[in-house]
Amino acid sequence: MEAVVAVLLGLPMTLLVTAAAFAIGLVGGIPLMLGLRSRHRVVRLAVRFVVDLIRGIPPIVWLFVLFFGVSIGALRFNALAAAIVGLGIISAAYLAEIYRGGFATLPAGQTEAARALGLGRRSTFVRVLAPQAARTALPSVTTFLLALLKDSSIASTIGVTDMVFAANTFVRQNPMTAGLTPFFVAAAVYVAISIPLAIVARRLDARMRRSA
Amino acid sequence: MDLSLYLPRLLDGLGVSLQLTALSVVFGYALGLVFALGVSSIHRGLRWPALVVVEVGRGIPALVVLYIVYYGLPAVGVLLTNFWAAAAGLTFTVAAYSSEMIRAGIQSVPRGQGEAAAALGLSRLPTFARVILPQGLRSSIPALMGLAIQSFQGTSLAYSISVNELMSQAYQVSSLTFAYLTVYVVTGVIYAVIAVPATWVSVWVEHRLARGHA
Repeated sequence: MEAVVAVLLGLPMTLLVTAAAFAIGLVGGIPLMLGLRSRHRVVRLAVRFVVDLIRGIPPIVWLFVLFFGVSIGALRFNALAAAIVGLGIISAAYLAEIYRGGFATLPAGQTEAARALGLGRRSTFVRVLAPQAARTALPSVTTFLLALLKDSSIASTIGVTDMVFAANTFVRQNPMTAGLTPFFVAAAVYVAISIPLAIVARRLDARMRRSA
Repeated sequence: MDLSLYLPRLLDGLGVSLQLTALSVVFGYALGLVFALGVSSIHRGLRWPALVVVEVGRGIPALVVLYIVYYGLPAVGVLLTNFWAAAAGLTFTVAAYSSEMIRAGIQSVPRGQGEAAAALGLSRLPTFARVILPQGLRSSIPALMGLAIQSFQGTSLAYSISVNELMSQAYQVSSLTFAYLTVYVVTGVIYAVIAVPATWVSVWVEHRLARGHA
């Protein structure tokens, strides 16, 4: 029982890291996606390289670079900020790719029809393509959020006091009695949060397939 | 700080990371196939346990799985070195993820294939093993390649249970040299030098396979 309380005290931090990194990713993914879709080959290739590079480096390395490596004058990231910024950067790269995928599945006829009706490039993009792409991308975005929730546990390695950190601390403080309970509690909470999200993702996906 | 002094240590670590990747991918995909067969089984007694194992495996962070294996196995009398504990934990996570990819591949095989095989007089087992499964696995190849790249990156989590893979070596080197930024950036570059071209290869393979199908 003690273990349950101890681990649950870490839950708000898990949710905070996940939500903040997700928010950064949702917004940051947009300019990256625009870059991936750019008309200019150089821009497209450069942004493609950046996105692949961000995704090619494990999250734990990102967090260590930001937490231990970056100091601007006397300014250094604290653990929480490093975790949020690090996971936020990674989220932006993954979500940019998901957004791009949403646009890629749209039939070319949508653009052609909008242009034939006299819509400019910008209105075609904002009013015709983007709303449809958002719908297509939504299930993948939800799936990504699930992955991010689990990846937020990596923040514990730089000392963010999330659920995994709390479980670890409890095990170290009660080496004789704790056993594996704290980790099972943490695991159960992750699964408990994941299941409703997974159901939502599955429904969104099913609905999209029906209407497609 | 001279790169040539610590690069060999990082590359030693990379060797361990690659061993972990190979083990977890080979055993993980084999186990994943078993889970996928369980989840697609018509027998409830097989389907439900398999489904629970897969959903739990995908629902729990790999880091938590590693801690459970690392702290848990000694409690039940199984003594593994850190390396094998990490290999076991990563194998389980990879198995859970790969089983869903393999299952999706099997499901994507058109029903007509099974009907045609039955019409030709093939019984259930050969139909599945020789007609459905090969085609299903073929369409799950791109996803499985992506997962292999993710698994390679995931081996960095073994740092948390003190396996001397790339990330642990980076940590030790950086606390000796205090060149945190350089060491971790070099480490990131080492991961990326393998993961990024591997991603390009998997995209290329995906295009090739899609072309074959069209």
